[in-house]
Amino acid sequence: MDFEDTSEEAAFRAEARAWIQANAPKHLEAELKRAGFASSGIESEDPLAAGKAWQKKKAEAGWACLNWPKEYGGGARSPIERVIWGQEEGIYGALSSPFIIGHGMCGPTVMAWASEDHKRRLLPPLASGEEIWCQLFSEPAGGSDLAGLRTSAVKAEDGSGDWIINGQKIWTSGAQYSQWGLLITRTNPDAPKHKGLTMFFLSMSTPGIEVRPIKQANGQSGFNEVYFTDVRIPDDQRLGAVGQGWEVSLTTLMNERLSIGSGMSTGFPELFEFCLEAEVDGRPAVDDSAVRSRLAQFAVKQSGLKYTGMRAITALSKGETPGPENSIGKLVAGATMQELAMFALDLQGQAGVVQDESSPMNARFQQILMRSPATRIEGGSDEILRNIIGERVLGLPGDIRVDKDVPFRDIPTSGRK
Amino acid sequence: MNLDFSDDQKQLQDQIRRFLSEKCTPAVVRSGLEGGEPFARDLYRGLAEMGVLGVAIPEAYGGVGLSHLELCLAAEELGRALAPVPVASSIYLAAEFLLQAGTEAQKKAWLPRLASGEIVGTFALVEGQGRMTSDKVAAAVREGRLTGAKSPVPDGDIADLAIVAARSGAGRGEMAISLFLVDLNGPGAARETLTSIDPTRSQARLVFDGAPAERLGGEGEGWAIASQVMDRAAILMAFEQVGGADRALEMARDYALDRMAFGRQIGSFQAIKHMLADMYVSATLARSNCYYGAWALASGSSELPVAAATARVSATQAFQHCAKNNIQVHGGMGFTWAFDCHLFYRRSNALALALGSLSTWEDLLIERLRGANTQAA
Repeated sequence: MDFEDTSEEAAFRAEARAWIQANAPKHLEAELKRAGFASSGIESEDPLAAGKAWQKKKAEAGWACLNWPKEYGGGARSPIERVIWGQEEGIYGALSSPFIIGHGMCGPTVMAWASEDHKRRLLPPLASGEEIWCQLFSEPAGGSDLAGLRTSAVKAEDGSGDWIINGQKIWTSGAQYSQWGLLITRTNPDAPKHKGLTMFFLSMSTPGIEVRPIKQANGQSGFNEVYFTDVRIPDDQRLGAVGQGWEVSLTTLMNERLSIGSGMSTGFPELFEFCLEAEVDGRPAVDDSAVRSRLAQFAVKQSGLKYTGMRAITALSKGETPGPENSIGKLVAGATMQELAMFALDLQGQAGVVQDESSPMNARFQQILMRSPATRIEGGSDEILRNIIGERVLGLPGDIRVDKDVPFRDIPTSGRK
Repeated sequence: MNLDFSDDQKQLQDQIRRFLSEKCTPAVVRSGLEGGEPFARDLYRGLAEMGVLGVAIPEAYGGVGLSHLELCLAAEELGRALAPVPVASSIYLAAEFLLQAGTEAQKKAWLPRLASGEIVGTFALVEGQGRMTSDKVAAAVREGRLTGAKSPVPDGDIADLAIVAARSGAGRGEMAISLFLVDLNGPGAARETLTSIDPTRSQARLVFDGAPAERLGGEGEGWAIASQVMDRAAILMAFEQVGGADRALEMARDYALDRMAFGRQIGSFQAIKHMLADMYVSATLARSNCYYGAWALASGSSELPVAAATARVSATQAFQHCAKNNIQVHGGMGFTWAFDCHLFYRRSNALALALGSLSTWEDLLIERLRGANTQAA
């Protein structure tokens, strides 16, 4: 047991470090270090432009999408090298956040299902950040129950083979600046819900698409609603067969849960630092036994996530696939950061209600408080993640599905009698 | 990065698991509970013959001379099987005290006998209610004779050798405490078995009235040595706890697959499924923290005190969480004497207190993180 690199890993790390040292946008370092929770922290220039510039530089030197094949704009590197890159990239990695969905989910889906011509056309500009992708999956009527989606795709009556799309998507990150979207639709409402779906990709500048930002509970707007009115898509932009959309979507969702070694933050280091400075009854908070007990609870969760991540990296380093223990990351981190934020505000007393420049740690705990409810929902809610652990890791039976063999159009849409 | 055990180590673990599944049956575990022998002598002898007891003891002292990593995995299996044997007292503690603080003569005299299972050792620290501090130590040694009482002492009724924390010399506070080797079969030592929540691992009260006592380690160094050895033992204990947590989770999972209610497997209900998922989360976090502990233990890292407290807090909670919810998943059957759920519940709550309670270790963890933080700054 050790935490050391193998000699190949060490060589790769040195190479990555040297390149980053020579090429990273150092003028943004201070802003990135100050980054608040759920924002890149870049204020001196357009964060999207800064992200695109960094991504392009990486792509030109072969550091973009490290695990993708070279012909699609990737670096043809191993999974462990991708992890090491992430560790070395550090704070500059936040610049690439607009590309996460495209690189992590849309790209792998295109790679698995698109024609060779499309792959060569679409993937390199996605890797280099010149074109951004969004994922058009969730709908007002179907989040956790994704297969309950209602956006329809109907064959055009003009015999062109084109598809006409009508409906609404929601929670679409980055739709306002994306060039491309991965879109799942219902093509057969007479089939049971999982069987009547079809996947497409489309240009976000196609006529009939309207993007509207959603104002979130914390006042920010990271997500959008996307409306489709008679949007026309050529049939060759279909991914997989007609009716195979559910299977195609699983490629995307599997990749959503495969991000490894990122060591999700819980805010513990900041809380500990705060407890060294803050006072309870005239003494440092960290001297109070009730505070200590809570801190210890947060500490072992943070540490457990860290070393769970290291066990996954160990598997990658040996050329193995990491085990199911990775499925716990977001479930633990989301709930922990929410409890931790409430505890930090409690220590601030009645002043904890204030969220301005006078708030400790740049109001970080107030920000975490207001953002953490979303962490527990996005990318698989806590409840869906518990189902996944229960069913895929522990082998428990699925829930009984009352809508399983029912034609989609006959499934009730309202709980009101 | 290699935060995992080697293939050889995992193979040894499999071997120990097979041995225990054959020899450490529910009837063996229950013996102490049903009024039989206070510990499973045959099983203990078998473990000694396999080399489990001496796995981390150097060959020069009658051990196998492997590392503490192998001992971590052995601990996990002992915890999983709820083995009713005094390995924690005799090996994680007594042998470790001798290895860390014993003179060459003391090591030669005692370690081979502990490794072979010929004798059982234990650590006698606690004197009654409440969190143990050096101020609470009343037992004292004068002119080589120990007087006082220790209670509860794990495995105190079956041990032959005790390492006793007692007052001696002119030091103050923690420096007033030294450690002594005492022959529990010799003059001036008496004992009685105590009734406890987990009779599969016995507890006793030891009374000393002028028992001959030989110092282990320097005078006034007892508290510091004990703290160091208890950190090491805490990591091994945490592996026992993770082994127990995993087994309790498996039992609950198997029952949720088997048991039908309302016309379906109860594991298909989200109330049950999510409870099991949360048990898996606790057990996984604890296992990862234990691996960190194992690394610190085997490498002699300066992070050992932090790693020990982290593993200990995490594993204590995981075992308690899994054992109590194992009963919940089993419903009424889980509260019967006949089902084994209560054995895990008993052990999880007993281990939670051994080596100091959860709140004690939470306190230590934060104190140590603070120290590490100050050093870094």
